[in-house]
Amino acid sequence: MSSPTPATEDIQTILAEHLHLEGPLLPILHALQEAFGHIPKAAHPLITDALNISRAELHGVISFYHDFRDKPAGRHVLKICRAEACQSMGGTVLAEATLAKLGVAWHGTTPNGAVTVEPVYCLGLCACAPAAMLDDRVLGRVDEERMGKLLAEAGA
Amino acid sequence: MKDFIIPDDRDMGTPARVGAPVTLEIDGIAVTVPAGTSVMRAAAEAGIQIPKLCATDSVEAFGSCRLCLVEIEGRRGTPASCTTPVAPGMVVNTGTSRLRKLRRGVMELYISDHPLDCLTCSANGDCELQDMAGAVGLRDVRYEAPENGGLANHFEARNTSGEANPAWMPKDDSNPYFSYDPSKCIVCSRCVRACEEVQGTFALTIEGRGFDSRVSAGGAGDDFLGSDCVSCGACVQACPTATLQEKSIIEMGTPDRSVVTTCAYCGVGCSFKAEMNGDQLVRMTPYKHGKANSGHSCVKGRFAYGYAHHKDRILSPMIRERISDPWREVSWEEALSFAASRLRGLQAEYGQKSIGVITSSRCTNEETYLVQKLARAVFGNNNTDTCARVCHSPTGYGLGQTFGTSAGTQDFASVDHADVVIVIGANPTDGHPVFASRLKKRLRAGAKLIVIDPRRIDLVKSPHVEASHHLPLRPGTNVAVVSAMAHVIVTEGLMNEDFIRTRCDWDEFQHYAEFISDPRHSPEATAMLTGVDPEELRAAARLYATGGNGAIYYGLGVTEHSQGSTTVMGIANLAMLTGNIGRPGVGVNPLRGQNNVQGACDMGSFPHELPGYRHVKGAEVRSIYESLWGVEIDPEPGLRIPNMLDAAVDGSFKGLYCQGEDILQSDPDTKHVAAGLAAMECVIVHDLFLNETANYAHVFLPGSTFLEKDGTFTNAERRINRVRRVIPPRNGYADWEITQMLANAMGANWSYAHPAQIMEEIALTTPSFAGVDYALLEEKGSVQWPCNAEHPEGTPLMHVDGFMRGQGRFIITEYVPTDEKTGPRFPLLLTTGRILSQYNVGAQTRRTDNVVWHEEDLLEIHPHDAEVRGVAEGDWVRLASRSGETTLRATLTDRVSPGVVYTTFHHPDTQANVITTDFSDWATNCPEYKVTAVQVSLSNGPSEWQEDYAEQAALARRILPAAE
Repeated sequence: MSSPTPATEDIQTILAEHLHLEGPLLPILHALQEAFGHIPKAAHPLITDALNISRAELHGVISFYHDFRDKPAGRHVLKICRAEACQSMGGTVLAEATLAKLGVAWHGTTPNGAVTVEPVYCLGLCACAPAAMLDDRVLGRVDEERMGKLLAEAGA
Repeated sequence: MKDFIIPDDRDMGTPARVGAPVTLEIDGIAVTVPAGTSVMRAAAEAGIQIPKLCATDSVEAFGSCRLCLVEIEGRRGTPASCTTPVAPGMVVNTGTSRLRKLRRGVMELYISDHPLDCLTCSANGDCELQDMAGAVGLRDVRYEAPENGGLANHFEARNTSGEANPAWMPKDDSNPYFSYDPSKCIVCSRCVRACEEVQGTFALTIEGRGFDSRVSAGGAGDDFLGSDCVSCGACVQACPTATLQEKSIIEMGTPDRSVVTTCAYCGVGCSFKAEMNGDQLVRMTPYKHGKANSGHSCVKGRFAYGYAHHKDRILSPMIRERISDPWREVSWEEALSFAASRLRGLQAEYGQKSIGVITSSRCTNEETYLVQKLARAVFGNNNTDTCARVCHSPTGYGLGQTFGTSAGTQDFASVDHADVVIVIGANPTDGHPVFASRLKKRLRAGAKLIVIDPRRIDLVKSPHVEASHHLPLRPGTNVAVVSAMAHVIVTEGLMNEDFIRTRCDWDEFQHYAEFISDPRHSPEATAMLTGVDPEELRAAARLYATGGNGAIYYGLGVTEHSQGSTTVMGIANLAMLTGNIGRPGVGVNPLRGQNNVQGACDMGSFPHELPGYRHVKGAEVRSIYESLWGVEIDPEPGLRIPNMLDAAVDGSFKGLYCQGEDILQSDPDTKHVAAGLAAMECVIVHDLFLNETANYAHVFLPGSTFLEKDGTFTNAERRINRVRRVIPPRNGYADWEITQMLANAMGANWSYAHPAQIMEEIALTTPSFAGVDYALLEEKGSVQWPCNAEHPEGTPLMHVDGFMRGQGRFIITEYVPTDEKTGPRFPLLLTTGRILSQYNVGAQTRRTDNVVWHEEDLLEIHPHDAEVRGVAEGDWVRLASRSGETTLRATLTDRVSPGVVYTTFHHPDTQANVITTDFSDWATNCPEYKVTAVQVSLSNGPSEWQEDYAEQAALARRILPAAE
C-alpha cells in the first residue's frame, strides 16, 4: 500500500528498456505497473516526453484499460466475475455479500490493506460459475463459504 | 449543415481524394470520383446525403456511428459508407427498407442517452443529431431507465427522487469562447479527431471505454483552459451537437445568413464566414473553400473579434491645439478642415516635404493605395512609409535582388509536397498558427524539419512533431549560419549544378562559390561565433540539399537584424544552390506578420517605390500616374519612418498622417519615437483606439474595423482575398472614405464611390495587378498576383520556368557582426517575439478575452542566468539596455539558451521597445529588434520611464465632454 514514490531514474530505466519496440506505450505501462503496482503520476510527463505524445493521449490509453491503476492496490487483488453466466449462477449475490463483509465498494481496499476487490467481466470459467480470481489464481464454483476461506487466507 | 450557408458548403462526409477516375452507381445514378474516395463522398457528389454522425469532411472517416450503412450488390452485410472506398462498377443502394430499419434502431439508441430539450438547446436548428433523427424518421424511443438501478444516462443531473446521477458531468465553461457540455455528447470523436488531424495539438481524448467513454481535455482533472487546448475552434466546428458550442451562439442564437470575408490578423489571411443573426455578428467560422486556410482557424480570427464593440473604441473625430490639451469631440467637417489647414499651413511654412504619411498593413489594399496617393498626389512628395519597414522590408529587398520579386514563391498548399522544411527565425505555431497546422500535418506524414532559432520553439518538439535538427544560434548570427550551410553544400558538392547552369547566372555563381568555399565560412570556423554545433549544422545542410523537396519558411527572426537583407539573400542562395525553386513543395517563403503587409508593400507604400515595386526614379512609371492623376510626381524618394522621426527632431518634418499603425509602441527605441512625434505640429492618428501614438496626436480620426468595410487583403502567399462589409461602420465611414475626405479637404477632387473603383485604378496602373478586378475575385474567391494577360488566373507558384528577373542571382553574403554587442554592463542578448493569443501591439487582442492566456509580457530567462542574478520564477526584474530600461516579470525556462533572454511586445505597460536600439538593416533600415544587449536584475516595480509614460498617457487621453 505505502510504496515509496518511485524514483525518476527507475522510471527512466523502464522507459529506456522499451523504447525500441514498435508501439511501446502498452508494454511501458505494463512494466511500470509490474514494478510499482500502479502507474505513478510522476511517470506521465516522462512517458509523454519519451514518446512525444500529448498528455491527453496518454490519459485516453490509461483510462481505457481498467487494469491500469493510479495508486497501488492492496496486498491481494480479488476479482469477482459479473458477466452474464456468473450473474445467473448467484454471482451478484456473492459479490454483494463479499463487499458488505469487507465494508468496501468496488475497487475499494480493506482498511488493513490486505485485499482490493474488483469486478471482472468473464474469466472464461462460465461452466464453473460463479467464478472469481485471487491474485493469479482463478477459482470456480465460489460460494460464500469458500469466499470466506479465501478472504481469511488473504488476511482480510 | 443548414442552407443559410453558401450552397456548395455542404459537408461531403469524408475528405477529397486525388486519384484515377472510378465510376460507380449509387441509387441508380452513375457517378465518377477519384479512386480512394469513400462511397459516402461519392454519394454526396451525386447529390445523395447518406445519414451520418461521426463523419465530417475535415477529418478522416472513423466508422463508429453506424448510421451511414449502405448495401452494395455482391457484398455481404451493410458496410459503413464512410470507410468503404469506391470500386469500379460498384452498385450501391443507400435507402432500402432494411437500411432504414437499421438506421432507426441506431438513432433510437443515440437518443436514449440524449436530452430531448431541443427547443431550448443552443444548437436548435443547427444540430446534426436533430437533423439525422428527422432524416431516419425516428418517432419513438423504447428504452427506459432501469427500474431500480439508477438512471443509466449521462444527461440528467438527478433522478426524480433527487439523487445525484454519478454519470452526469457539469458543463466546462473554462474557455472564454466556447463551452463543453458533456450531457449533450454523443461520443462521435469528431472533436478529438479534429484536434489531432486538423489542428495537430492532440489536446483531446476519449477517456474510459464503453458507456463510460467521455471526451476529455488533457489528463485526469484538467479542464479545457488547463489543457493543451489552443482554442483554435476546430473541435467546436466539428461537433455535430451543442456539446462544444460557441458562447456567442448560446447568448445570441443561431445565425440566419453569412458573409465570406478575410481575417484581419496575421499574414496567413484566412477566409471566414461572418455569421449574422439579423444585424448582429454571432460567430466567425473558417470558410472551407478559403484557399489559405481550407476551413481551419486560430483563436484570434475565430474568436477574438470582440474589439470591434469594445468600450475603448473611439467613434467620433477629435482635435486639440496642443498635445497637452484634452481631446475635443468635433464633427467630421471640423476635424478634416482642421487637419487640412494645419497640413497645408505646415507645407507653406516649412516646405512641401515637411509632411508625410504612414500607411497601414492592417487596412485594405485600396485604403493603402489611397494613403500613398495622398502623399504623392496631394502632399506632392514621396514621404510615405509603412510598418513593413520594421518587419519585412529586407524580404522585399533581398528577394527582389536575387529572384526579381519582392514576395514569397509558393502558396501555402505547397507545403503538402515538401520533404524537408527549414523554419528559420519564425515561430509558426504562435505567429502563423493556421499555416503551422498545415506544416505539422505534413511533418506527421513524414517530412523532415530543421529549426534555426535561438529559442526552442514548440515545433522543435511537440506531440508527434520533432525537428531532425535544431540549430540554436546566438541572436545576430543568422548570416554566419546560413553561409555555413551554403559552405557545406558547395564544398561537399551537394549543389544542383543543372539548375544553377540553366536558371542562374553561372559567372556570378562561380564568384559566389569561390567566396563561400573559403574555410572561414565553414561551420567549424563559425561555431565560436554562432554557438551552433558544426556537426549538427553539416547534417542539417546535407539533409536540406539531399532530402527531396526542400522548402524554407522564415519570419522576422531573419529580417529584423542589422543584416536582415543579407540573410534573406543567403536564404535565396540556399534555394538556388539546391534547385529548390519553381515547383510545388519547395521555395522561399516569408511568413508575413500582418494581414495586409504584403499588400501594403505592393501598393507603393515605400518612399522609393510606386505601386508594383517600381522605383520613383523611373520617368515612364511616374508618367503613368502623372497623366492619370494630373499632378507631377517627385522623382526623389521620400523619407522612411526613422528618417521622418530624425527630421522631426531636427525640425524639418512637421506633420504626419498615420493610419492604423501604432509606431510609438511597435517601432524601436520608444524614446526617440516619442521625441520625434512630440516635435511635430500636426500628428493625425487614424485608428480604432486611442493608441500610444495618439498620445502625441492633434487630430484623431476614428477608424473602421475589417467587419465594416469592403476591400481586399493580400496575404503572405500573394493571395488577394476579398474583405466584405458585414456591419455598417460604427464610426460612420470606412477608412478609404476618410482618407478621401481628407484629400478632398486639402483640395483634391477624388470621387471614389466604392473600393472596386480603386482596384480598377490599381489594375490600370500596376502590371502585376492588371487582371485583378472584383468580378474575378467573386468568381475565383481569390487570386494570387501576378495576375495579368500572361497569368489570367493568377500565379500560385513563382519562377516556374525562369526567374522573374531573368537569371537567378547569387549575391555575396559577408557576415558583419552587429554593432550591438554584449559586454560587462550588458552581458545578455534580448530577442523578441510573440505568442499565439496576442497580436502585434495587442491593440485588438488585449481588448478581447484572449487576455486569459496572456495578461502580461514575461521575460524568459535560462535558470542559470536567473540563478546568478537571484531571480526566481515570477519575480519583477529590471531589463536594461543602452537605450533604456523597463520592468516586467521573469519566467525561468530552458527554452532559451544561457546568455539569451526573450520577451513579447504585446503590452504597452511593458514597452519592450524602450529597450531596443536604433540599429537597423543596412539596406532597408528595418530595425534590429531581435538583438539587444541587456542586463537583468531584480526590481521592485515600474521603471521611472514607465511611470512618466503612464502619467503622460493618462493626461494625453483626456476627452472633454461633447459640447452641446
